[in-house]
Amino acid sequence: MATTTLAAQVQDTPLTIAGRQFRSRLILGTGKYRTNEEMVRAIEASDVEMITVAVRRVDLDRTKEEGILYHLDPSKIFLLPNTAGCYTAEEAIRYARLGRAAGLNDWVKLEVIGDQRTLVPDVYGTLEAAKVLVAEGFKVLAYTNDDLITALRLEDAGCAAVMPLASPIGSGLGLVNPYFIREIKRRLSCPVLVDAGVGTASDACVTMEQGVDGVLMNTAVAEAQDAVTMARAMKLAIEAGRLAYLAGRMPRREIAAPSSPTSGMLSSA
Amino acid sequence: MVSITINGEQRTCAEGATIVQLLETLGLHPRLVVVEHNRVILRREQLDQVEVRAGDEFELVHFVGGG
Repeated sequence: MATTTLAAQVQDTPLTIAGRQFRSRLILGTGKYRTNEEMVRAIEASDVEMITVAVRRVDLDRTKEEGILYHLDPSKIFLLPNTAGCYTAEEAIRYARLGRAAGLNDWVKLEVIGDQRTLVPDVYGTLEAAKVLVAEGFKVLAYTNDDLITALRLEDAGCAAVMPLASPIGSGLGLVNPYFIREIKRRLSCPVLVDAGVGTASDACVTMEQGVDGVLMNTAVAEAQDAVTMARAMKLAIEAGRLAYLAGRMPRREIAAPSSPTSGMLSSA
Repeated sequence: MVSITINGEQRTCAEGATIVQLLETLGLHPRLVVVEHNRVILRREQLDQVEVRAGDEFELVHFVGGG
């Protein structure tokens, strides 16, 4: 009889982006936390190895918070600079170059936003910027919508990873288009990371069950009433979703199938 | 003193000061700031070589929390 101590070790390959391996398939944003201390504790609870950061002007009067490097050690966690808030390819390229000049790495989470209300990407601007940045030696992780053709073009342009949205940034609406997320994953060879839209742990789990390589999230953790506990929930949900994907789920049936034997029942009357 | 623009604000600085000296007067650590000088990003090793001139435009940026 099998014992629980022999629980099988599941074979999984680490997430590999541009030759760099990550044990965790969760990437966490660092925006919108109530305090820097809460952010640091959430990062620890989530057990992530990569976090995103934004490039912004230094506050010359020091009335606001200092830079994030006062709170995080880049030798212990991989910092992925983003181009959040950029609405043109030119602007995103400028922010990417500024991020690289900080001297940590040559990676960029490329965002070129096309619409203020939905924050959906301008895929034409994204593709244009991706080509320039790849030519300059950047490892480009491109935020995009759930459109297959754009995802294919971004891969062709040399992006290190393609990051379709689950739903709009900060919406918490969860995975609205699982079919095309699955299809993008099926058709691309580079890592596919779902970025934006996750609202709670079940959303993260369902997203990972589609077979994607990882999930990037920010608001779902930062705006949870207890961000640190939600960070831990997300770590477990990402792992559960990954394991469920690897395990292969049972088929869906339109009718019930009994779990207990139908034979051996007592004779009636 | 010369007039310069830093992050969109008018400021003054001693003419001929290096960028490192400029950052010091602002209380900024050169290791934690990226400097764009007249739309050209400076490498760390350039910060004590480039001198401030009248009318220079600077963008001083750093990493902040973001998703």
